[in-house]
Amino acid sequence: MTSSLSLVAVGAVCLLTIVFGALGLRLSRATSDFYVAGRSVSPRMNASAIGGEYLSAASFLGVAGLIYDFGVDQLWLPVGYTTGYLVLLVMVAAPMRRSGAYTVPDFAEARLQSGRVRLVASTLVVAIGWIYLVPQLQGASLVLQIVADVPGWVGGTVVAIVVILAVGAGGMRSITFVQAVQYWIKLTALAVPAFVLIVLWVRAGHPAPDVPSTSWEVALTPRAEGDHPTYRVYSTLIALSLGTMGLPHVLVRYYTNPDGNAARRTTVNVLLLLGLFYLLPPIYGVLGRVHLPTMPEGVRSDSIVLRLPGVVVGGLGGDLLTAVLAAGAFAALLSTASGVAMSVAGVLDQSLMRPWVARLSGGDAGMPVGFRLAALAAVAVPYVVSRLVEPIGLATMVGLAFAVAASTFAPLLILGVWWRALSTIGAIAGLLTGAVAATAAIFASIALRPVDGWPGWTGALLSQPAAWSVPLATLVTVVVSLSTPASVPPGTTRLLVRLHTPEGVDVSRSRPDD
Amino acid sequence: MSQPSSTPKRVRVTRSRRVSQRASWRPVAAELDEQTGVGDVYLEGLMRAQFRLSVLVLILLVVGLGGLPVLLIVFPTTRSLTVIGVPFPWLVLAIAFYPTMWLLARWYAAQSARVERQFRDVLSGR
Repeated sequence: MTSSLSLVAVGAVCLLTIVFGALGLRLSRATSDFYVAGRSVSPRMNASAIGGEYLSAASFLGVAGLIYDFGVDQLWLPVGYTTGYLVLLVMVAAPMRRSGAYTVPDFAEARLQSGRVRLVASTLVVAIGWIYLVPQLQGASLVLQIVADVPGWVGGTVVAIVVILAVGAGGMRSITFVQAVQYWIKLTALAVPAFVLIVLWVRAGHPAPDVPSTSWEVALTPRAEGDHPTYRVYSTLIALSLGTMGLPHVLVRYYTNPDGNAARRTTVNVLLLLGLFYLLPPIYGVLGRVHLPTMPEGVRSDSIVLRLPGVVVGGLGGDLLTAVLAAGAFAALLSTASGVAMSVAGVLDQSLMRPWVARLSGGDAGMPVGFRLAALAAVAVPYVVSRLVEPIGLATMVGLAFAVAASTFAPLLILGVWWRALSTIGAIAGLLTGAVAATAAIFASIALRPVDGWPGWTGALLSQPAAWSVPLATLVTVVVSLSTPASVPPGTTRLLVRLHTPEGVDVSRSRPDD
Repeated sequence: MSQPSSTPKRVRVTRSRRVSQRASWRPVAAELDEQTGVGDVYLEGLMRAQFRLSVLVLILLVVGLGGLPVLLIVFPTTRSLTVIGVPFPWLVLAIAFYPTMWLLARWYAAQSARVERQFRDVLSGR
């Protein structure tokens, strides 16, 4: 299925990303420009940027693929991606903005006054970011394989290079513009073909989908013997609802709001934009069942979105719609990948590169050198991993990043914002427990998997750990905190004042010095 | 009424002693800042109001969304029930959920801003 139209569209999206990145370079001067766009982004712009960053290849391609494969129970995925922002809104949005920190490790260090907490949090940001980047790069390979018939490594390599250029060039300021534009590219790219497909489907006398099994159509029906759909739904919902706030590239966006109230208004707008977008993927999943009931041998169902127009419309129209979808998918990949890479690079720069570059150059090299090296490292590692490991489904892989984030950062952030008795030792214990539990379960479910899968409950608990690993991590944090009251940082009350006091109240010495 | 041994000297009252009171006035913000008992009470109030609001939203979410699988299991007919041609679970999860979330978020943001406005008014009104 070679199409020069699709290649032109994908090329245009890549070019757009680099051009905006270069424009941002002219504007980026100070350190705070690189990280948080000088804190001058309006709630509307910020919401579009968050939407643009958040809607990844998993949302654009993966959700439709899973609905195509497994049907109604997969509708919980986009639902969970959305509730994540509601939980974030009510638990941490405004206090997080008021904390005046740049990144999650910054917040952890400021809240608990401990370099060790910072180190653990930084390591986790990098780990979660890398897990998240792998499926984006694999998605790029998938898209280019389908639309241009090139070898698998090309797509991932193109995206890796574009992201390094865009992030290294301008930092967050450029990325904010790019992300905001990319949300609207993605929405249009998914909405227009969906509209055409629906019109054609109605004109054809709306044929019913070819249902592969009862579990596709009827909610909460086991797919096979020993399957636990209800547990799976709840665990997914917990992972996505709590994991969103723990994804490193999500909270970074909140520092670009002018104040806490704007952070809330931004989140409300985000929920509107996500809701608009998530109405679309199920259309592709269901219409895929109508028009393309069986996939060719060896073809991943993640590609259903891209294949549908070619099958249904055909000819030039089909090529045009496929090109639009390919462009949208690439916009999704690039925006998420650059957002995550930006956060990972920020953490690597602060904790590794800057001290290192300063030592080598005797303090002469400016800040961008270290940052650009960090951007390179942030993308290179997941690129290598994406070449080595077998793809396991875009939305599934992204789900793992959510599970780890939910088991580690969600307890830290929520307790950090609301609970005075959180102690440094308790926080570290909780982070480590959550990280070890979630990653061990996921590792066992993927790498140590027996040939015909883990049986029954073992399989369910290992592949969807959030339902037990999040409560476990929270419990450990609380119990250890309560038994180590001596390591509750002395300035806790003052910090909580800062987090919860609305702007406009003159709490003289409690203001963040920014 | 027993007569005291020496009556206090008579004082002529000409005006209230407002001036000396004003000198002891301190902004509430300073109380917050210095972590005095009064400041703690104010902060406690603000945090509790915000927390109660947040928990209310979370309860609505858990009951409304977390209750859906329970509903589907307890009343299996709801799994195949069709509303205007669409199966009920598909209608809720693929369509109705999203505008509901947005409205809930809007309501929360407005209420939360109102709590902060009241807090600000209390501080400036003292």
